[in-house]
Amino acid sequence: MDNPILVADKLGVRFETAEGPVTAVDDVSFSVRQGEFLSIIGPSGCGKSTVFNVIGGLLGQHEGTVKVAGERIDGPHKSIGMVFQEESTFPWRNVTDNVAFPLELTGMAKQKRIERARHFIKMVGLDGFEKRFPGELSGGMRQRVSLARTLASEPKILLMDEPFAALDEQTRLLLGDKVLQIQQQLKQTTLLITHNITEAVQMSDRILVMTYRPGRVKRIVEIDLPRPRTSDIVGSEAFGRYVAQIWSDLREEASRGMKDEEAHMLHEAQP
Amino acid sequence: MNAAAPARREPLAGYVPAAVGLLSAIAVFCVLEGLIRAGVISEYIMPPPSHVLAAFGRVITEEHIVRRFFLTIGECLTTGVMITVFGVAGGVLLHRYKLLQQAVETWVAALAAAPVVLAYPLFMVIFGRNAWTIIMIGFVAALPPVILKTVEGLAGTRKVLVNVGRSFNLSASQQFWKIMLPAALPTIFTGVRLGLIFALINVVGVEFLINYGGLGQLINDLAERYDLPGTYAAICFVILVSVVFFMALERAERWLRPGN
Repeated sequence: MDNPILVADKLGVRFETAEGPVTAVDDVSFSVRQGEFLSIIGPSGCGKSTVFNVIGGLLGQHEGTVKVAGERIDGPHKSIGMVFQEESTFPWRNVTDNVAFPLELTGMAKQKRIERARHFIKMVGLDGFEKRFPGELSGGMRQRVSLARTLASEPKILLMDEPFAALDEQTRLLLGDKVLQIQQQLKQTTLLITHNITEAVQMSDRILVMTYRPGRVKRIVEIDLPRPRTSDIVGSEAFGRYVAQIWSDLREEASRGMKDEEAHMLHEAQP
Repeated sequence: MNAAAPARREPLAGYVPAAVGLLSAIAVFCVLEGLIRAGVISEYIMPPPSHVLAAFGRVITEEHIVRRFFLTIGECLTTGVMITVFGVAGGVLLHRYKLLQQAVETWVAALAAAPVVLAYPLFMVIFGRNAWTIIMIGFVAALPPVILKTVEGLAGTRKVLVNVGRSFNLSASQQFWKIMLPAALPTIFTGVRLGLIFALINVVGVEFLINYGGLGQLINDLAERYDLPGTYAAICFVILVSVVFFMALERAERWLRPGN
């Protein structure tokens, strides 16, 4: 790949548990081009979120390297903006102050950062809610505030960990549209961690399918669907083919995960 | 996907709980008045609320209630500021140094249950018969809940908020001031509220015991004169102190931690 902006090389993560060491992620390598939308998909427990934490610099102990624009990174980096799975807005700040948070850290003048924040609030479609507090917003709106806050830091790479996991399907599709629109508008390099096949196919240029524990790269699928895309694409035949193809890759891994979980529960239930 | 901004509540709706509270209090007073006048409750134990109401004027003009009220409020305010400053600082220290927390947290919790007021002779020996004895007893008795709730609030900061801070590369100091402290504020305020309850009880109690200034001494004087309506009127002023503090605290919390 020519001049990738993000390179993950031979990532490996091992955890010590009460039942002995567990390899969560093993030999995971991939790269992302400038402006590309890559999704990492896999069954629960395959180590997707661990990869997210390694790339975001939140997990200190790991094997392998992460490089952004050729520079090796070993911790949180200003080039990477993270959107988390859990609700992560600051409840004590209104929408504008939440979005302006990264700008405040740079020492930007108040008036200027409010203007910048309003730009990103409008981008995620929350204009009119600038003075509202997160407690007055729906789950989907709060995730949009988190997205706007991360975008306000103008990261080179947007890293999202199942940001819509807690939302209903319709909201998820509509927010997918919003993310696609923003990604296409900003040509934002994006790495999405998800377990939702529809979401991954709807948004991605490529999808990296992971195996169940230990998490390894099973396959990388190129999504050759036209852009700009919207959620209308979910009704197309080509979309259905991609979903079926990825599901056939994931099915075996998901079954393995389910059996492993059942065996674990049986073991726990034994006197 | 733009949703219309939701309609705000009618402004008058905000006064309904206060009106219901006031009407409930009036209803309780009416019931008490009726029970006392009917002889169900002895007038020698509890004077009718109408007599207490009538005693207010006398207590205000003859017993220097305003001066006493401000003395008690001043003692409570000093105690409140001290428990907030030292309690929050102590809680932060215990949260920061786990060994210290493991070593002393149980002792702090035990201190919360200790009847510190009984040690008033010791405090009098150390500070003399003055307001500092009252303030220091209130301080020692009210400090533990602030420390414990500060530790609880900081430890309860959601991990994802800490991770947001880390993802923005915040320094340890920024992480504390911009994320952990605001996130912990509601729990810290619960501790300060509890502390103020302990402080008020102890301040008025010690004023009563050592017969020094304030509303506690007045209650002692009036009770010894067997002026029951006056005693209850003075107790109402103690309740007023409590109301003033809790309203001020609520405003402070709303100012420091909007969005709750």
